[in-house]
Amino acid sequence: MKDKIFRFFLFVAALFVLVLSAAIVYALVSRSSEAFQEYGIWGFVSNAEWDPRSATEEYGALSFILGTLYTAFFALLLCVPFSLAVAMFNGVYFKGKKIAGVMRSVVDLLAGIPSIVYGLWGFYTVRPLVIDLGVNAQGFGVFLSSIVLAIMIIPYASSLSSEFLSMVPNNLKEGAYSLGATRLEVVQHISLPTAASGIVASFILALGRALGETMAVTMLIGNTNRIPTGLRDTGNTMASVIANQFGEADGLKLSALIAIGLLLFVITAIINLIAKLVMKKLSHA
Amino acid sequence: MNQDKPISFTSRKAKDKTAYILVWIFSFLAMVPLFFILWDVVSKGYKNFNLRLFTEVTPSSVDALMARVNGDPIPGGILNGITGSLLIVGLAILLSIPLGLFIGIYLSDHKGKKFASTISYLTDLLQGMPSIVIGIIAYAWVVKPLGGYSALAGSVALAIMMLPMIVRSTEETMNMLPVAYKEAGLSLGSSYTNVVFKILLPSGFGGIFTGILLAISRVMGETAPLMLTALGASVVNWKVMEPTSAIPLLIWDFYNDPNLVDLIWSTSLLLLIVIFLLNWIAKIVARKWKV
Repeated sequence: MKDKIFRFFLFVAALFVLVLSAAIVYALVSRSSEAFQEYGIWGFVSNAEWDPRSATEEYGALSFILGTLYTAFFALLLCVPFSLAVAMFNGVYFKGKKIAGVMRSVVDLLAGIPSIVYGLWGFYTVRPLVIDLGVNAQGFGVFLSSIVLAIMIIPYASSLSSEFLSMVPNNLKEGAYSLGATRLEVVQHISLPTAASGIVASFILALGRALGETMAVTMLIGNTNRIPTGLRDTGNTMASVIANQFGEADGLKLSALIAIGLLLFVITAIINLIAKLVMKKLSHA
Repeated sequence: MNQDKPISFTSRKAKDKTAYILVWIFSFLAMVPLFFILWDVVSKGYKNFNLRLFTEVTPSSVDALMARVNGDPIPGGILNGITGSLLIVGLAILLSIPLGLFIGIYLSDHKGKKFASTISYLTDLLQGMPSIVIGIIAYAWVVKPLGGYSALAGSVALAIMMLPMIVRSTEETMNMLPVAYKEAGLSLGSSYTNVVFKILLPSGFGGIFTGILLAISRVMGETAPLMLTALGASVVNWKVMEPTSAIPLLIWDFYNDPNLVDLIWSTSLLLLIVIFLLNWIAKIVARKWKV
């Protein structure tokens, strides 16, 4: 009897995840319906105008969607060489060695630093460097946020990648070595191809992180409500516009901000799903 | 490697060496930011890292300005943030741990079944959810219906963030325990409930506790969801239904107020110390109670 109750409790707890997820979707959908009813889904997504002044009030998400995609993809691009190097360092070149343990601890520490501290560091230390580089006068913008974002996602991209690299069977590598391959050739022709889908999945997950990252980007991107014209330009991401304007928002504006939150939720869910499918392919191969 | 002409051994050797050096250089470069960040926070933060930081609440902007003009040290600390973080995170722990443990046990017990896979997938989905969206959720569920910002709303947001991490670490730990533990317990006539509480949870203590500590350290520095839920307060508050500050929220306040900027680095230093300490303890626990 006691067991039955306990097992029932466990089941209810698991069921709670389902209820929680449904309630999350419901909360986002119902609270954003005002904006979607006003503009239509496509109208809201394709409109780059964001004007909270009450006389000409108009809300569209396009500037923020593009701002998010620019910063996240540029950050992903920047983080690839470093993440791959760290992954190969831990998963291939120094697999199982003490120095790989040290590297792993450093990467763990990087992952532990809160977003807001990255933002501070980006503001006080990286921004002056960006100004010196002549990117733009104030330093704020897509370029600055992407650099800091890239550093923030290195731990996510590299730790999972290195796990996949270290799972490559030794007999494959030893076979290649015995044929006279150099270490680079083994990495190129054995390790990387074998772990490829796992590595791709880790980078997709890292992209998901970059898309939803809030505080550091809010502090660095310049917060202008228009489509960034390039890396030097300022802008806003979906997360940063919510962080910036949620506090004083109500009515239609609040609904529009929650609609952006819903879009962000959908985008990150899709990204995570893709990563999962890529990894599933790996386990079947 | 279908080359018609054999590539000279020296050139292959040289390429191999170059790749090796590149891996070193890029790995090293990836580590550099950590040292710069730590240097920044420690070198700028140690000056105001004193007893006052822990015993006094945040000064008003005007008092801070006056002190600044007179050349005095900034008159106040972050006691309201420390107590707020304790309250909000503590409540989030209470909300998320029992549930996370139960879900994790359920998932490891029903591995491969359809319902469990669905739950498992949804857990991944929750884990990948941006923290700002979780902030919106807690706002819609708690702040709006109860008519105001509160520590409780912040705790709900942080609990939603912690839940998937605790579920995963519990599930993984349970999966690693030998099946014989469970079977031996059951075959001796012990009830399932007893097996879980007297055998499985104690044997998996290390892994589960490590997961919990890491989850706490992850939400300790969360700012965005708290901005939409707990809001912040300039006084020490222990009431769950009142707006409450937290350490990361104060960093955000200081960032936006030039008069309070002197406190920004010492506060960040404290936050980093707390987070790294939790990570460090988690590592020790994981090593000591290895499953």
